[in-house]
Amino acid sequence: MVNVKINNIPVSVEEGSTILEAAKKVGVEIPTLCYHEDQSVKANCRICLVEVKGAKGLVTACSTKVTEGMEIYTNTKKARDARKTVLELILASHPMDCLKCIRNQKCELQKYAAEFFIEELPFEITYQMIEKDESSPAIVKDLSKCIKCGRCVEVCQSIQTVGAIAYSHRSDEYRIATLFELPLYETVCVHCGQCSLACPVGAIYEKSEIEKVWRALGDPEMHVIVQTAPAVRVSIGEEFGLEPGSIVTGKMVTALKMLGFDKVFDTDFTADLTIIEEGNEFLQRLEKGGPFPMFTSCSPGWINFVERFYPEFIHNLSTCKSPQQMFGALAKTYYAEKIGIPKEKIFVVSIMPCTAKKYEAAREEMKSSGVRDVDVVLTTRELARMIRESGIDLKKLPESEYDLPFGITSGAGVIFGASGGVMEAAIRTVYEIVTKKELQKLDFKDVRGLEGIKEATVNINGLSIKVAVVNSLGKARELLEKIKKGEADYHFVEVMCCPGGCIGGGGQPIGTVNRVRQERIEAIYEVDRNMPIRQSHKNPVIWTLYEEFLGEPLSEKSHNLLHIGTVH
Amino acid sequence: MVNQEIKQKIIEIIEKYKREKEKLVMVLLDVQKLTEFNYIDREWVNIIAEELDIPYTKVYDVLTFYSMFSTKPRGKYIIEICKSAPCHVNKSKEVVAIFEEVLGIKMGETTEDKIFTLQYTSCIGACDISPAVKIGEKVYGNLTKEKIIEIIKEYRGV
Amino acid sequence: MQKTLNIITENVGQIRPDSVDEYIKIGGFEALKKAITMHPLEVIEEIKKSKLQGRGGAAYPTGIKWEQAYYVDKNPKYIICNADEGEPGTFKDKVILDYLPLRLIEGMTIAAYILKSPKGFIYIRGEYPESQRIVSSAIKEAEKMGYLGDDILGTGFSFHIEVLSGAGAYVCGENSALVESSEGKSGRPRIKPPFIKNSGYLGMPTLVNNVETFACVPYIVKEGGEKFAGYGTEFSGGTKLVCLSGNVKNRGVYEVPFGTTLRELIYDIGGGLPEGRKLKFVQLGGSSGPCIPESMLDIKICYKDLKVKGLTLGSGAILVVDDSNCIIDFLKCITEFFYHESCGKCTPCREGNKQLLALVNKFINGSATYNDLETIKKVGQIMKEAAFCGLGETAATAHLSLIKYFEEEFVEHINKKCRANICNFGGDKDGKR
Repeated sequence: MVNVKINNIPVSVEEGSTILEAAKKVGVEIPTLCYHEDQSVKANCRICLVEVKGAKGLVTACSTKVTEGMEIYTNTKKARDARKTVLELILASHPMDCLKCIRNQKCELQKYAAEFFIEELPFEITYQMIEKDESSPAIVKDLSKCIKCGRCVEVCQSIQTVGAIAYSHRSDEYRIATLFELPLYETVCVHCGQCSLACPVGAIYEKSEIEKVWRALGDPEMHVIVQTAPAVRVSIGEEFGLEPGSIVTGKMVTALKMLGFDKVFDTDFTADLTIIEEGNEFLQRLEKGGPFPMFTSCSPGWINFVERFYPEFIHNLSTCKSPQQMFGALAKTYYAEKIGIPKEKIFVVSIMPCTAKKYEAAREEMKSSGVRDVDVVLTTRELARMIRESGIDLKKLPESEYDLPFGITSGAGVIFGASGGVMEAAIRTVYEIVTKKELQKLDFKDVRGLEGIKEATVNINGLSIKVAVVNSLGKARELLEKIKKGEADYHFVEVMCCPGGCIGGGGQPIGTVNRVRQERIEAIYEVDRNMPIRQSHKNPVIWTLYEEFLGEPLSEKSHNLLHIGTVH
Repeated sequence: MVNQEIKQKIIEIIEKYKREKEKLVMVLLDVQKLTEFNYIDREWVNIIAEELDIPYTKVYDVLTFYSMFSTKPRGKYIIEICKSAPCHVNKSKEVVAIFEEVLGIKMGETTEDKIFTLQYTSCIGACDISPAVKIGEKVYGNLTKEKIIEIIKEYRGV
Repeated sequence: MQKTLNIITENVGQIRPDSVDEYIKIGGFEALKKAITMHPLEVIEEIKKSKLQGRGGAAYPTGIKWEQAYYVDKNPKYIICNADEGEPGTFKDKVILDYLPLRLIEGMTIAAYILKSPKGFIYIRGEYPESQRIVSSAIKEAEKMGYLGDDILGTGFSFHIEVLSGAGAYVCGENSALVESSEGKSGRPRIKPPFIKNSGYLGMPTLVNNVETFACVPYIVKEGGEKFAGYGTEFSGGTKLVCLSGNVKNRGVYEVPFGTTLRELIYDIGGGLPEGRKLKFVQLGGSSGPCIPESMLDIKICYKDLKVKGLTLGSGAILVVDDSNCIIDFLKCITEFFYHESCGKCTPCREGNKQLLALVNKFINGSATYNDLETIKKVGQIMKEAAFCGLGETAATAHLSLIKYFEEEFVEHINKKCRANICNFGGDKDGKR
């Protein structure tokens, strides 16, 4: 431990702590912009300046480690003036059109502008309008607002290893750029949206499709149905001031009903269906001898990644569509028939923790019903905005149940929302199908958690099945390279594009950091524990669906609606 | 379509530097000299990124960071006028005006015959003979109008 | 008394730069031969005695730097020679590169021997292509003759040097940016710690020294640290290469002992100003250095004396500016330089330089107010205190010093008056960015 004084108050902190961390311990929040708790220290925004006794000039709190006996002053005139000047310099090249900004009231820069109360800027306004890049169906890039903190670059380059954006140029021209400033859609971008979570301001954000949904809801001709992804129920509460990890499934369903959706369904249902189809696909591969490893295919950012960087592995991907797309395909076929409404009159909305889902739903091959299977994908953030716009306080709502038929789900479906969940759900089912014996222990804790690469071996009827679970594309790359070099031989690998899985997706509430991800993961498993059914094959409605419509797993009809030709 | 001959030459350059990623700046400098136009084409950037296994955007970063690189074709001879303070106090502005007049182009432009591009450079270490310019790799100092006309004639081969 | 000396620059222009034979005839490689008989710490001790301080501008004691490098317990260690001489008005390293590259190579090889370094780089700025060729050729020759490369002088010790080229970025003169650039990346400075000495090139310990610093080493090793120190003052050992430029008759690079005054330099060595011109100010150490008035010329070139006055010698550039120049117009040139060279990474430098340029332009086009004068000071101060690296910290040095010594001329410009009749106040297209 190291003993220091902050504004004359003694505090003892762990060795290696920064001034920023030490100050937090005594209740002093030093302003930061380029600092991100899950990233490397950059110290480029320079807004965290403080004074240290004996040091030459000011030091940046984010990058300076405390030493024994250090005396730190965070609020001297010199430090306050310096921080204010840095803020003023940033604002001078910022549009300051906060009222029109998507991050209004959720912006780190705006927060400091409010705290520092800058009535008038002493500087020349040097901000320049740059045209927004709206080429991607998922993400909007508005460089006019960029404060050049570099947080998005670190996520894209180091965590996801996609490298769609990087620093370029210098001085006034210094910017976050794509290759030759190409529109995002024409780059290697996988549309995961992690950059939008990292951005402290409104320079990168989800492409909003709220208006399309309002229009459909307002159209009396339209039967508007909605599906909610597993991960949204444990995150959307944060948008309404609840603690990370709050489970608000029932309240969310109520809110959706209040917004006017005709039916509120659960993507967990098609997650269960995925397990049946993918489980059987896996068994088929075991019979045929490959190709191995079989990779999960429910994460669209991951699919994009394979297509762009590792096309040689496309045949290793499961042919199953994602639960979102299975839902869309069934909604406009099975469900449409069942309720007697033509598919053209059914409007399918998804609430997803993900921006890449927007890209996925817009793919040409996602029209197996004959029309676009999923009409609009909204992120968790967009749904929260709709709820707020409607004056609804989610916290105070009573709870409601999902509608039938796609409202009966299992715990295996809900854990799709966390890294390792698909694998665990698959094992819970495949084991029982193969051995015809009941699993004694349903929890497979080896594959859970935030760790990047997790491995396990499952013994099924004397056969050792080697599995791996990966989250974040950087880790996926690592694993793929190992496989390429022949250093790994898995049978089944679950890959989630985003750190922590969907609970950490790019469409989740601003403030999604690993600490928060951990809370959401715990919440997901809590939901699972409390479910009466915890295995996909024990979901009775799944079997009704097969009886009434699909026939059997991997049937021709399943193939047409729930699978993709081997080439994505 | 990428010119296969150029692609081959780029790969040769990369081989010369043993495919080391750390030689990206050196590779780009050499590639820029491949044609008479003193620039690096978009397509070539792709080749370099792929051959060196560096993300495209990182190559673009390096390309846009250093002032000696150009992604637009330039003249055969680049006339670089020193913009630094020692030349400034020895009235380099007048030298700029003379070059602009003699060549009939403005700073930053290329002559129609694609022979000359006029641009600024930072200090070229010729402060003892300022105001100074660099043409290609040659440095000229103590410039007067007569001298400039002579130099241009020489390059044009008139 | 002799005003200039030839300690480092001995035999400049008298030998073929890449000829090992000719270099040996003038005593070349004797220091290396001596060094390999000594214990590394003995060599370091001589360097400490010499009071040699880094000649690139930071003036860090070389002996201490080498000692620290010696004790870093991580291998391999790399050696980089900073030949990015980007500070405007500095052209002294070029003299060594072009005329005595073998002296530099010898100095680096001694360092490598001490640190058991297998590999070194000479990072030469892209603006010096000719120098790059000369140095490369000298490296080849030295390798051929066994003074460099594998098994140097039969000791079993191997050290290879490669020439790297810059590509036009002033900021690469900053050590960590230099290392980034040496790794083929954009030269944006790295966060410190970790320091380059512990984690530099490819994450390994790296010793970075300026050309002139390395070039001093053979003399020190051969003649002893005390003799070298004896040429200078009590606090600054040896000689310094200074670069006289601007409005002075004898422009050029001169080797002078520490302790020489600026007045001696400009008037005795430099021959004074051109006829009929009066000295306006002198900028010390390049564009990042302070501008001082005539009344301060009796100050001695000595790290300590200058520091007392809040000045630095920097790279050794001495720019003489006469009264035909306008202070604001000069400042515009300086501001444009830093505006162009800022790497853009940190707020104070990126935004500060942008603001400074806008402000200086207001003085030039006649729209400046008293407030703007205060704003320049405010911006300059935050850059000095809060920038990420030395570039940003020093970019406003000229502004702050010129305001300090010539504030009345800023005020004149507020009132649309330019003594040198250069600023045209709105009528001139140059007034705009």
